[in-house]
Amino acid sequence: MLKEGQVRIPAGCAIAAIIDRKGGLINGSEIIKSIALMHDRSNGLGGGFAAYGIYPEHKDAYAFHIFYDNAEAQKKCEEFLFKHFNVDEAERIPTKKIPAIKNGPDIWRYFARVNRVRMRNARLDEGEYVVQCVTRVNDAYEGAYIFSSGKNMGCFKAVGYPEDVGAFYMLDKYDAYLWTAHGRFPTNTPGWWGGAHPFNVLDWSIVHNGEISSYDANRRYIEQFGYKCTMQTDTEVITYLFDHLMRHHGLPANVAADVLTAPEWDEIDRMSPEKREYFTALRSIYSGALVNGPFSVILGSGKGLLAINDRLKLRSLTAATKGDRAYFASEESAIRIVCPNPDKVWSVSGADPVFVPLEIHQKEES
Amino acid sequence: MAVNYIPRRFNIVRDKERCIECGCCVRQCSNECHYFEAGGTTVLADSTNCVACHRCVDLCPTSALRIEKHVCDYRENANWTPQYQQEICRQAASGGTLLSGMGNPKPYPIYWDKILLNASQVTNPSIDPLREPMEIRTILGRKPEKLTVERKGKAITKMPPQVVVETPILFSAMSFGSISLNAQKSLAMAAQNLGTLFNTGEGGLHPDLEPYTDRAIVQVASGRFGVHKDYLNSARIVEIKIGQGAKPGIGGHLPGEKVNVEVSNARMIPEGSDAISPAPHHDIYSIEDLRQLIWSIKQATGNQKPVSVKIAAVHNVAAIVSGCARAGADIIAIDGFRGGTGAAPTRIRDNVGIPIELALAAADSRLREEGIRSQISLIAAGSFRCSADIVKAIALGADACYCASAPLIAMGCHMCQTCNTGKCNWGIATQRPELTKRLNPDIMHERVENLITAWNHEIKEIMGGMGINSVDSLRGNRLMLRGIGLSDRELAILGIKHAGE
Repeated sequence: MLKEGQVRIPAGCAIAAIIDRKGGLINGSEIIKSIALMHDRSNGLGGGFAAYGIYPEHKDAYAFHIFYDNAEAQKKCEEFLFKHFNVDEAERIPTKKIPAIKNGPDIWRYFARVNRVRMRNARLDEGEYVVQCVTRVNDAYEGAYIFSSGKNMGCFKAVGYPEDVGAFYMLDKYDAYLWTAHGRFPTNTPGWWGGAHPFNVLDWSIVHNGEISSYDANRRYIEQFGYKCTMQTDTEVITYLFDHLMRHHGLPANVAADVLTAPEWDEIDRMSPEKREYFTALRSIYSGALVNGPFSVILGSGKGLLAINDRLKLRSLTAATKGDRAYFASEESAIRIVCPNPDKVWSVSGADPVFVPLEIHQKEES
Repeated sequence: MAVNYIPRRFNIVRDKERCIECGCCVRQCSNECHYFEAGGTTVLADSTNCVACHRCVDLCPTSALRIEKHVCDYRENANWTPQYQQEICRQAASGGTLLSGMGNPKPYPIYWDKILLNASQVTNPSIDPLREPMEIRTILGRKPEKLTVERKGKAITKMPPQVVVETPILFSAMSFGSISLNAQKSLAMAAQNLGTLFNTGEGGLHPDLEPYTDRAIVQVASGRFGVHKDYLNSARIVEIKIGQGAKPGIGGHLPGEKVNVEVSNARMIPEGSDAISPAPHHDIYSIEDLRQLIWSIKQATGNQKPVSVKIAAVHNVAAIVSGCARAGADIIAIDGFRGGTGAAPTRIRDNVGIPIELALAAADSRLREEGIRSQISLIAAGSFRCSADIVKAIALGADACYCASAPLIAMGCHMCQTCNTGKCNWGIATQRPELTKRLNPDIMHERVENLITAWNHEIKEIMGGMGINSVDSLRGNRLMLRGIGLSDRELAILGIKHAGE
C-alpha cells in the first residue's frame, strides 16, 4: 500500500491547544487530558503534540526530531546533518514502551546550529537554509524523516490515539508555555508515523481538523515558490502557506490569517473604503492561498498562537480564556475538563481569527 | 446546363397538409430556397442552397417544415470520403481556397468529454448554494508579487488596474463586420447587466456601443482597424490580437462589399474597400516587439487599462504564454483550435493548432513552474459548450473563459457554418439590413443573459458539490478532475489522474 505522501489521504480530527501568554509553564499531562476527552474524534491512526519552551538549555539551537526506519538511513542522514550543521548533542528521544504503540521507528533528536560557512555559500538566510536542508532530507533520504525543526520547541507524534502517544513520549515530564495536540481520523490506513500531526516547519507547527476542498489550488499555488508538498496533506499545505506569507512576504500573522479565511465578497462590498481596498487587494493577489472547505487550524509558534476557522464554520472550534491562559479545542468539553470555570468561552468565527500573542516574548524582543 | 458535381446536402420537407401557403418561408430564406410557383400562390422549395439554418422551420406558423439530410451514397471509401471528393470538386470549379465558418468540426478528441468532476462525500460536506454564499466573482489583471500592509486592514501596495467580473464567463471577440451591430449590441447589453465583458474584436467601436464601453474589451489587431486613442481609453481592457484559434498564423479578409458606411466608419477605412488584416502584426516580428506594443498601449492609456494578449493555441503555446507574461501582458487569452470564426480557410481551421484543454493545462503548468502564474490572468477560449466545460477549464487553470458560439446559439445561430457567405438568416453574421433587423437587441440580450445566468447557477451548483464556495479555490484545482479513457501521456499533460485513482 502507498504511504502518506505517495497518496492523498483525507482525515477528520480533534485538535486542542493551551497557551500561557505570560510564558508560565504548563505540564504535558494537561493537554493530554484535554485531547483524550475527544477520543472518539480520532481512530488510533495518528496522534501528536507540539510543545514550546521545552528546551531552554538549548534555546538557540534547532531541535531536530527525526524518525529513522533503519540504521542505514540514520547513517546517511547524520552524515548530511553533521555536514550542514554544528550538532551540539544527539540522543534517542526517551520513550516508554506501551502496548498501544507498536512498530515504531527509531526516534532521535539533535540540537544543532547552522554551519555558517555553508549557509553563506548557499546565499540563503538562516530560515531558508534550515527549511531547504529539512526538505532535502525528507525528500531524498529514504527512511529518514525530520518531523520537528524549531528552536526551543518540539513535535511528538506517532500512530496511535493521542493519549497513548502522550504516554509513549512521557509528555508529563515536559513543561511548555504552549501546547497543541492532535488526534487523527484518517479515512484509510497509512500506518506511517510521519503522517501523524502536528506538521512543523522551523518553529511553526500546525494542527488541523478538516478536509480542505481547495487543496490542489493551494498546493499548486505554493509550489510556485519552491515548496514541495511531499506529504499531500492539508496540514502541510496550510503550514507552507503561513510560512510563505509570513517569512517570505513579511505579513503579520493576522494578515496571513485574513488571506486564508478572507471574508466573502458581499461582506467586503459593505466595508469602509479602506478595508474594502485591503481585502480586495488581498483576495486578488492571494486568490490561490484562499482555503476552502471545512477546517479548523491552530498554528503554534514562538510568538504565540493563531486559531482560524473556515469561512462557513463547517468545523467546530471553541476558545476560552482564564487568567493568562487561553484554551482551544474542537469541543468545549475538552476545555472544561482542564479548565472548569473559564472567564470567557466562545465559538471561533470564520471571519474572526483569534491570535494570542506571547507577551513575554515581545518583552524580551523590545 | 453545367454539371453540378456535388449533390445537395439537405432536403427541405414540406408537410403539404399543414402548409397554408402563407409565404413566411419565402420571405425568411436569404438563400432563396423557398419560392412561389411562377404566377401562382403555391409555395415550393429548391433544396440546393439549403444550409440547415432552420430559420424557415422555426418560423413556420404551422410547423409544416422539416430539414433532413440528403442521403446520396458514394461508393464506400474510408480514405476518399464524400467530403474530400466534394471539396475537390468545389476547388476544381473555383480555383480558390476553401472557406468555412465557425469552429473546427472534425472529430478530434474533445477532452472536456473525457474529464470527470469530483463531489464531496462524508469527509467534507458539500455546500448548498441556496443556503451559503457561492462566489464566482473573478478579478482580471496583473497582480503584484506580494501585498505590503501597514497593519491588518490597511494595505500599502498600490494595485495595477484590476477588472472585476461577476462571472468567469466573458464574451469573446466578434468584430462589427463579421457580426451585425445588433448582435454586438445584444452582447454588450448582456455584458453590462451580467457584470461581465464583451469584446469588440478588431472591427473598431461603433458609436452605438459607446454606452457599454465600460464593459468592453477592445482589440488591437494586425489591421489596426478603428484604433485611436479614445478607442483604447474608452474600454476596460485592451487586447492585442496575435492569433485566433480557428486560423492560427492567418490574417483576415473582410470583402469590400461588406464594408458599408457604418463598417467603414468604425474601421476607419474607405467604404467598399477590402479590410485586410495581415497574418502577422508588421510591427511585431518577435517577443521584444510585443513588449514595445504593450508598453505603447499602456502609455496611451495612462497605465489605466490592463493589456491582454490573445494567441492561438499552437504547439509551443506554453513557452509563448510565458514570453507574453514576461513581455508585460497582464492577461493572456489562449484560443483553442475549436474556436469559432466568421471565415477561415477550411484547411487551416481543420488542421492547425491544438485543443484548448491541452494548451491551457500546458500553459498553466509552465507559468507555475516559473512561479509567475499568480501574477497574470489566463483566459481560455475555443469552444465551451456548457457550464461543465467552464468548470473543467477553471480547474485546469483558467481564470475565466471566453464564449462566443454559445451566446450566438442563444441568439438563433444553428451552426450552419456558412457565416462567411454573409447571408445569415438569423441576422447575426451578416450586414444586410433586411437580415440584421431580424435580430432585436432588446429581446436577444435577455436570451444571452438567461443563458449565462443559467450557467452561473450550474457552476455554483457544481462548486457546492465539490465543497468549494469560491471560484478562487476551483482555479487550478486539478485534483477535482479525473480523466476517463485517456492515455498516460494525455493525463500527464492535463496534470490530472485517471478516474479510480
